[in-house]
This record gives sequence, C-alpha cells and structure tokens, in this order.
Amino acid sequence: MYLDPEKEKMLAETANTIRQDIISMLLAAKSGHSAGPLGMADVFAAFYFDILHHRPQEPEWPERDYFILSNGHICPVQYAAMARAGYFPVEELQTLRKFGSRLQGHPHRGALPGIETTSGPLGEGLGQAIGIALGLRMDGKKNWVYCMMSDGEQDEGSTWEAVLLAGREKLSNLIAVMDRNYIQIDGFTEDVMPLDPLREKYESFGWHVQEIDGHNFGEIISAVEAAKSIYGRPKLILSHNIPGKGVDFMQFDPAWHGKPPKADEAKNALEELRTLGHQITSEHQ
Amino acid sequence: MINSEAKLSDKLFHDDIPQAPTRNGYGEGLVAAGKENPNVVVLCADLTESTRSLAFKEAFPERFIEAGISEQNMADVAAGLAKYGKIPFISSYATFSPGRNWEQIRTTVAYNNVPVKVGGAHAGISVGPDGGTHQALEDLAIMRALPNMTVIAPADSIEARKATLAASRTNTPVYLRFAREATPVFTTDGSPFEIGKAVVLREGKDVALIGAGPLLYNALLAAEQLAQKGIDAAVVDSHTVKPLDEETILRVAGATKRVVSVEEHQVIGGLGSALAELFAKKMPIPMEFIGVQDRFGESGEPQELLEAFGMGVGSIVQAIERVMQR
Repeated sequence: MYLDPEKEKMLAETANTIRQDIISMLLAAKSGHSAGPLGMADVFAAFYFDILHHRPQEPEWPERDYFILSNGHICPVQYAAMARAGYFPVEELQTLRKFGSRLQGHPHRGALPGIETTSGPLGEGLGQAIGIALGLRMDGKKNWVYCMMSDGEQDEGSTWEAVLLAGREKLSNLIAVMDRNYIQIDGFTEDVMPLDPLREKYESFGWHVQEIDGHNFGEIISAVEAAKSIYGRPKLILSHNIPGKGVDFMQFDPAWHGKPPKADEAKNALEELRTLGHQITSEHQ
Repeated sequence: MINSEAKLSDKLFHDDIPQAPTRNGYGEGLVAAGKENPNVVVLCADLTESTRSLAFKEAFPERFIEAGISEQNMADVAAGLAKYGKIPFISSYATFSPGRNWEQIRTTVAYNNVPVKVGGAHAGISVGPDGGTHQALEDLAIMRALPNMTVIAPADSIEARKATLAASRTNTPVYLRFAREATPVFTTDGSPFEIGKAVVLREGKDVALIGAGPLLYNALLAAEQLAQKGIDAAVVDSHTVKPLDEETILRVAGATKRVVSVEEHQVIGGLGSALAELFAKKMPIPMEFIGVQDRFGESGEPQELLEAFGMGVGSIVQAIERVMQR
C-alpha cells in the first residue's frame, strides 16, 4: 500500500532509534528480553508516531486511544517508543529494571504514566482491553482500544476465554495486534505448542482477521485503517514479525527471546543498526 | 452482656429468628449500589441465580455482563472496566473466584490497584452436599495476602447488604465473602457497619471470641451457655478481616487476655492467623482457633458438617474452656 515516502523514512528512522535504545537499555539492565522488542519496533513506531490518537504530555487525556500491552516482557520497545514520543525523558531509559526506576522489568501502571495496565503475566491483556472497550461502549464513547499480544500467550486458556467473549460482544472498538514471531522461551511455537492456523481459529470465534508484514509501515497503517472500517466484529491483525529484527545474529533465534546482549554483542548490534539507518526493510520489499 | 449499641435483633436467641443466606444480602446490596451509582456494573460466571447477581441483571440489564464459565477472563475484563472508570463486581463461587483466578486478581486488580469487587459465594463448609470441591476454605488467606486488597466476611444477610453497598463506594479492590446456607439474621438495619470497624456484639471480661461470618451466631450462643457457668465472654464481629480494626480488637482482648478466633475457614491463613499476627506483635496472649483444621471438606448437611469439623457451639465452648486453662 502507498505510504508517503517522507513519512515512511521518518518511521523507519524512528524504529531504528528505538532498536538502538532497546540494545543500550538491555545492556545497562543486564537482564531482559531482546528478540521480541526488536521484532516489534516497527509496529510500535507506527503506533506511537502515526496511528495513536494520544497526548504524550497528558497520558490520561479522556479522548485518547487505549494502548494495552499484554505481553509485558517486550516493554523495552514500549518504553523506548514512549520516551521518543515525549512521554518522559529519553535519559530515563537507562534506568530500566533498576531499583527505584519507573521502568519496571515488566510494566506497572502505578509506576509510569502512560502505561494503561500492569502486565507481564501472559494471557491477561486481551481481557483487560475488552473491559475497557465494554466500558467505552456502555458510555457511547468512540475511543479505539488496541491490544498488543504475543503468539506465545495464545497457549494460555484465559486468552481464549477473552477471544470468546469479544466475539460474542461483537466488539467493534477493539483491535488486537498479535506479534506472530514463532518463538517463545522454550523454542519455536509450533514445536512447543502448535498454534496454526491462527487465522482460522480467530475467524471461527467471530473475529475479523488480517495478516500483515510487521516490518512494512504501509501494511501496518493500512491494516489498522481497514480494521477501523469493519463494524460488528472484534479485529485481529496477525503481524508476521522477525524476532530480533535489525540485528543479524539475533534474528529468528529463540535463544535471544529472554536474554540481553553482552557488551561486545551490544557494540556489534549498535554498529549494525547505525549502518542500516532507515534501510531496515521487510524481506518482502 | 449483649452490647446495646450493636442494635442486634429482638429475636436474637428466639427459635423463630429470621434466617437468610449472606449471598441474599449481596444481591440486595448490588441493586442498592446500582441505583446509587450508574458506574456500578456486575459480571457473573454462569452462576447468576445462585450468586444472587440475578436481581441486578434484571434491574440493570445494560450494566450486567455474563462472563460465561470463565473466571480468569472475568477478573481481567473487570480490571479493564475498573481501569476505565467503572465499579465492577465479579460474582462466582469463591473456590473459582478468587480461587481459580487468583493470579489474575493479583496482577490486574490488586497490583493494578483498580476498584474491582470480588464477590465469592458458597464459602465455608456449610455449602454442604456439594462437597469439598465447592467449599471454599482458603479464600480469606489468599486474598488477605494481597497488597491493596480489603477483605470482608459479613456475619448475616443484612451485614452482607451493607458491606456490598459500602464496597461500591470505595475506590479500591475489595473481596466480599458469602455463604450458601440460610443463617440467623441477628443484626438489624440499625446495626453499625463501617469497613475496617469491628463491632462488639457482646461485652465480656474473661475471654474474647473474635470472628467473622455467620459462625458468629454460634459464638453468641456459646457465650450465652458459658454465662450460665460464670464465664463472661465478649464477642466481636471482625467482619473486615483486612485491614483489622486493631484498636477495637486490642481494647477488647486487652481486657480479657484470652482470645478464641471463630471462622468457617482454614485456621491457616484466615482471620485467626491475622489476629495471631496482631497479638504476637502487640500483645502476646493465649489463643485458640475455631475453624477447619488443615483438611478439605466433604459432603453432608451444613449443621452436621459444622459439628463434625469442630465449629459447632459445643466446640466453641470447649475452646473457651481450653483457653481459660492457659
């Protein structure tokens, strides 16, 4: 889909900056998850710098879109996107996972304005997003509710309880985005607990489903626009992402799901990212 | 003697004292809360009649959400509703909510610190014939351990109605515990109720029975029996298990120097444990624990089970006699 080249370049550069932030944050924190945050950098850049109706200086603005992160372990990408969008000073990113920091190891609502819900324990974000969407609908409000979730948390029974309820409620104001990167801590999702065909599963629960290349800004933005135009069903965007995207030695490797880079690895990763600039593209482009 | 300020029923020790289950008070309280506050919403996990959520569903259908048999998601959805600005009550049996969905309540309700009210019905061994699977005996313990959580176990249906309405007026997470079986309604509309404020039901100088839930009526009966033997027992309704009303409890127990805790719950982790923690810190005194002694329940008639599991009037009398020897 057509996207203004200037906007595309801006988003690509922002996503690259977010990736560099992720590497430096994880290096400083000495623990945390690498692959998921890097893989979702493009999606988060698209949301925080184009899609979301929000006011970084006024996180509780009543007319905002609600952005719920269910798989809280990828929070470095959210923190980096929020800081770059102006929610809090960029320097604070280096406090990730440190004592007294607002940037908790898994995001906590009470710690950082702009974090809508505490998350990390998997399979709970979608239900909370549904609750917010139901509340908005009861009050006749038009805000959109977005829920970012992982493929691994599709193993959780509570996820499917939520999928059932959203289907029955025909929640038009709910748009979920699944980070379909095919890895989880113990290995590839289809080895640990086969999930496919996810599209058909969600469709059979009454959802509208689109599949996109999660590293193509045009596809991300147009899928959200298309989802907004569908009435009478909750919407899922299955975003096919490459875990570790942008850092060659992390890509597609489940070993990088749950660990941070060491100093030399971080140096190599940052060099690669700085060299690539806005040239990180989807394999399909 | 009975504390006149507690304004207990005129029929307190009459055979025809009215009986009603505390879950009825929940249903009445939900409707009252719904009338008072348009933001009150109720969710139920396929137990609408038996949790008494039905009355709210009929009065405010647009504010009732059937969650299906999905207690975990019910907690998450309620957390989202509360985060948005609603006051959601979630209703099921206590073994399932807050039992099965404990971690959802921990993360999305308590840690998030949003005003979800968890209504756990069918708590206690007096659930009866359904058996051990459905008799919640650990709910106070698992809720009491959560930061930000207020825990209330009402003594009768009137107190349950007041507790439910009071819970709807707070902006914090609350757990409300209800029983299945009809039990004596010994408080009245005029009885005092305030979250976190224990009620002295009976004044006494020799021993203090401190309890929560319908079993308090057995405590009152035991106190009457002992009065005939010259033992003067105080009875305290500590409906709010967390936060404890330390001031009232320490005042009463400070005078008696002996305490028996009374609850239809495991003696591990419930009100008795909370009291023991308080006394160990502030005022070490001898204590006995009436409750379920670290075992699961089983099928039977409610009264039969209460007797068999050591929560009948006779067992309370014996516990008092034991603590008087110490």
